[in-house]
Amino acid sequence: MVDMSTSLSGATFPNPVMTASGCAAAGRELGQFLDVAMLGAVVTKSIMLAPRSGRPTPRMAETPSGMLNSIGLQGPGIDAFLERDLGWLVDAGARAVVSIAGGSVADYAALAERLPGSAGVSAIEVNISCPNVESRGEVFACDPVAAAAVLAAVRSAADPAVPVFAKLSPDVTDIVAVAVSCAEAGADGLTLINTLLGMAIDPISMRPALAGTTGGLSGPAIRPVAVRAIWQVHRALPAVPIMGVGGVRTGLDALELVLAGAAAVQVGTAIFGDPSAPVRVLAELESALAERGFAKFTDAIGFAHRAGG
Amino acid sequence: MSTPAPVQQLAEVVDVRPVGAYLEIGLRLPVAVDFVPGQFAALAVGGDRSSMLLRRCFSIYRIDRGVLWIVFAAQGAGTRWMAARRPGDPVDVIAPLGRPFRPPSATAAAGPVTLVGGGYGSAPLFSLAATLRGHGLAVHFVLGAATAGRLFGVAEASRLGDSVTVTTDDGSAGTQGWVSDALPAVLASTGSTVVYACGPMAMLRAVSELATASGATAQVAVEEAMACGIGVCMTCVLPVVGADGVTRMTRSCVDGPVFDGTAIRWPQAATGAVPVDALGAVVTGPP
Repeated sequence: MVDMSTSLSGATFPNPVMTASGCAAAGRELGQFLDVAMLGAVVTKSIMLAPRSGRPTPRMAETPSGMLNSIGLQGPGIDAFLERDLGWLVDAGARAVVSIAGGSVADYAALAERLPGSAGVSAIEVNISCPNVESRGEVFACDPVAAAAVLAAVRSAADPAVPVFAKLSPDVTDIVAVAVSCAEAGADGLTLINTLLGMAIDPISMRPALAGTTGGLSGPAIRPVAVRAIWQVHRALPAVPIMGVGGVRTGLDALELVLAGAAAVQVGTAIFGDPSAPVRVLAELESALAERGFAKFTDAIGFAHRAGG
Repeated sequence: MSTPAPVQQLAEVVDVRPVGAYLEIGLRLPVAVDFVPGQFAALAVGGDRSSMLLRRCFSIYRIDRGVLWIVFAAQGAGTRWMAARRPGDPVDVIAPLGRPFRPPSATAAAGPVTLVGGGYGSAPLFSLAATLRGHGLAVHFVLGAATAGRLFGVAEASRLGDSVTVTTDDGSAGTQGWVSDALPAVLASTGSTVVYACGPMAMLRAVSELATASGATAQVAVEEAMACGIGVCMTCVLPVVGADGVTRMTRSCVDGPVFDGTAIRWPQAATGAVPVDALGAVVTGPP
């Protein structure tokens, strides 16, 4: 038996395997295929202040070992989320990590203020891969200053007992610079990585495959990018906890992110193909750790940095 | 209406065999599941190290003695993998999924009904016909395809239906034209009060509008592209008017695939657009 518990800036979780934002809605649909209480946490789809219809269709294109999506953050808004969804997660015994998204620093702060304290929310994950309406649509995550402004505002508005994580985009020249900037602004931890911007063209119609032209690439195709980003950021900021996400389909995939420095692992696109994947990944990760002689999950975090230098 | 809960399980291929121009695959389900016509199954393809991550969704043709049958055409990498399965091979299946066709008893006088299908999209109509006959209803079929060889289930429709009308684009079987060309006369002569249809969006729109024009209701099963089939990915949405009169981008996997024809915003559904008055529509440009 491996002690699978993990801790993220004061929030403790019975195990490190979570769903990734946008891949499990708010947990209820997945509850038909697995017990959400068995997961480390359910990370919700990003919640915004107002309901949002999302982008036109087609919104999805399958790519080799991956997929492109251009959903456009379709969601019910914070009021309906608090009324319908969060209570369900708590009643189901799940730990909720609530992802929030906005178009301005004020949006993010208002969302953080609306969320309940640590009894209902285990952590806040700030999705900063959104266009800043006050800066010609530049994505917050691509600008260390804008990203820091969001994280400072969320940290100050949120319940002090709830850790705040910044979810970073890999589509930057220097992800370590953005990570440092967020940490200095008050982020308690980091989620690495969001999707990569990609595009596909349908050879039959000879037009972009997505109505939104470009989309976020996810799935096993991007796992090496996640491993690299986690490795670089953990090396630079060894004391800042990282939730690793990107292309995890098996326990060994999860282990790879952990060895690079992740203190928790989110399963995302794999859920679309296998809704029970998170519990399978958890079982496989525990076996993999046991086979390698780890008594505690936390001993494996960042192990690749230590083993053989 | 309560529908059977979906089960994810490893099924065993019983057979893959040609059925007309198409293929049918039989999957033995270790855990017995029930279904209501119009519901679908989501199959993982390519094995557990597959580079194809997304489920393939197919309407359920029938479940017979623990074997789930699906009709498909081997036209992409995923369906070609399905076509290459042999008896005994494992396939990960989730079924049944989605909201099914509803019998007319609660909403309309128990008049005759017409079932409309294009190509192998007609697959779920045969179990539906059996169910509706069980309700004591007269059942009429209108089946269409591009050409005679692409029709599916005409003989089965003849066994199950009170009448069968066939159309082909090229006139190689039945009447030349589309199902929507033949439908008004069928509705008029049979006095159908409900039309059930499945097939491509343009056909469903035409069927829905013709049904409304003749005073009938339409229940249509849409074929939106899905990534997960279980309601988490928000890929398979289309604009649907709710009971409160509000249009929402609605998931066809959990709130459909069967919708009332009058609830779908057809012009936008045809193009993938979000209606400007949909809940949460992002209005860009000057107000």
